[in-house]
Amino acid sequence: MPDLGLDVLFKGKNMLRLLGGLWVAVKISIISVALSIPLGILLGIVMTWKNPIIKAVTRVYLEFIRIMPQLVLLFIVFFGTTRTLGWDVSGELASVIVFTAWGTAEMGDLVRGALISIPKHQYESSAALALSPAQTYFYIIIPQTVRRLIPLSINLITRMVKTTSLILMIGVVEVLKVAQQIIEANRMTSPNAAFGVYLVVLIMYFLICWPISMLARYLEKKWR
Amino acid sequence: MAEPLLKIEHLTKKFENNIVLDDISFDVAQGEVIVVVGASGCGKSTLLRCINALEPIQGGSIKLHGEEIVYGSKNLAKMRQQIGMVFQSYDLFPHKNVIDNILLAPMKVQKRKKSEVREEAMELLRRVGLDDKAESYPRQLSGGQKQRVAIVRALCMHPVMLLFDEVTAALDPEMVREVLDVMLSLAKQGRTMIIVTHEMQFARAIADRILFIDKGKIVEDTDPDTFFEHPASDRAKQFLNIFNFERSK
Repeated sequence: MPDLGLDVLFKGKNMLRLLGGLWVAVKISIISVALSIPLGILLGIVMTWKNPIIKAVTRVYLEFIRIMPQLVLLFIVFFGTTRTLGWDVSGELASVIVFTAWGTAEMGDLVRGALISIPKHQYESSAALALSPAQTYFYIIIPQTVRRLIPLSINLITRMVKTTSLILMIGVVEVLKVAQQIIEANRMTSPNAAFGVYLVVLIMYFLICWPISMLARYLEKKWR
Repeated sequence: MAEPLLKIEHLTKKFENNIVLDDISFDVAQGEVIVVVGASGCGKSTLLRCINALEPIQGGSIKLHGEEIVYGSKNLAKMRQQIGMVFQSYDLFPHKNVIDNILLAPMKVQKRKKSEVREEAMELLRRVGLDDKAESYPRQLSGGQKQRVAIVRALCMHPVMLLFDEVTAALDPEMVREVLDVMLSLAKQGRTMIIVTHEMQFARAIADRILFIDKGKIVEDTDPDTFFEHPASDRAKQFLNIFNFERSK
């Protein structure tokens, strides 16, 4: 068996540091997802409105966010705003802003798609039972939309978790950055550590994303 | 003569420039069962949808107990509570089980107590033979069962009038009967109903009056025996002929 350099993880507080880095990534994901879901639902509802101006504005926003690589968005928010607007945005805040903007756009489009897939007679039979438009949304349309959305939005959440690996580029010390630091620091004593440490990072991402996927599958079965 | 329950005067409905309902006027008395018949696309379903203000109208008025039903108006929720409607397509809410489908509107719109509505709902379900399905989801029911639940759901709002929009049109033949039987028993209880249907024998059995609509106009408004035995208009004769077959041999 080749030496994977796993021993460096047991030196000092390396494993704890790695887990700390993972927590940074997870924390940014959780905050961004928690903001993206309600904002995305609002955006999705707005996108189904027939007003042409609202349609155009939301469309441009969606396309812009989708076309731009996340890394470029991160650079614009982190570096761009500092010089031009004089904002002192921390790396973590910049990450949350970009991931929320991205998550909201993607979530909005998923919500829009799910909303227009609800048959018209669901709205009508609710109206015929004298439910108000707000009650119709709250009790009939949104619960059905959410059930259709779960698998799609879980997919989005895992994509967001994975994409946090980019934020080391704006100086946020998350799990991948910590891994690099550990590998660099042990270059002389444990030259093979790159493989072992990155492997552990891989497993960590898996352990975060896998339960989320399992939850999606469970909910899909339960609500089918 | 007593004040009619529903009074429709000069109702006009257009889809863009296409006139769907053209100067429709008729009254419905308390306890009367009206069956609306006519060829596909003659406007009979649209008529029901206008009565429940699911469609805006372009002229005329619809009054229930003398109070006008206006599309998009503030008192619409109050008016709609008095009108139960069952549709052709399966309109149960798929994410709720049978009992929750039924309880939703009485609890959220009429703010009634859950225990009270539930008791009533279970009694009505028992009468349509579905009390053992209270916890089932719509996807676990047959088409006929779903329509019977939809009828119970409408009844639990205590409507003064029921509208049925081709409720058996999407059903397999053997399920049509169980739904029509429920409607017949409602007629016997003296419920006021407006029924759109293609089941002519059923129409004849249940109706106090038949409205025959052609090209958006009421062509005949008469009792069922007269309509089926001696229709006055050529259009009605042609229409009824669709249901007759000559022996081929």
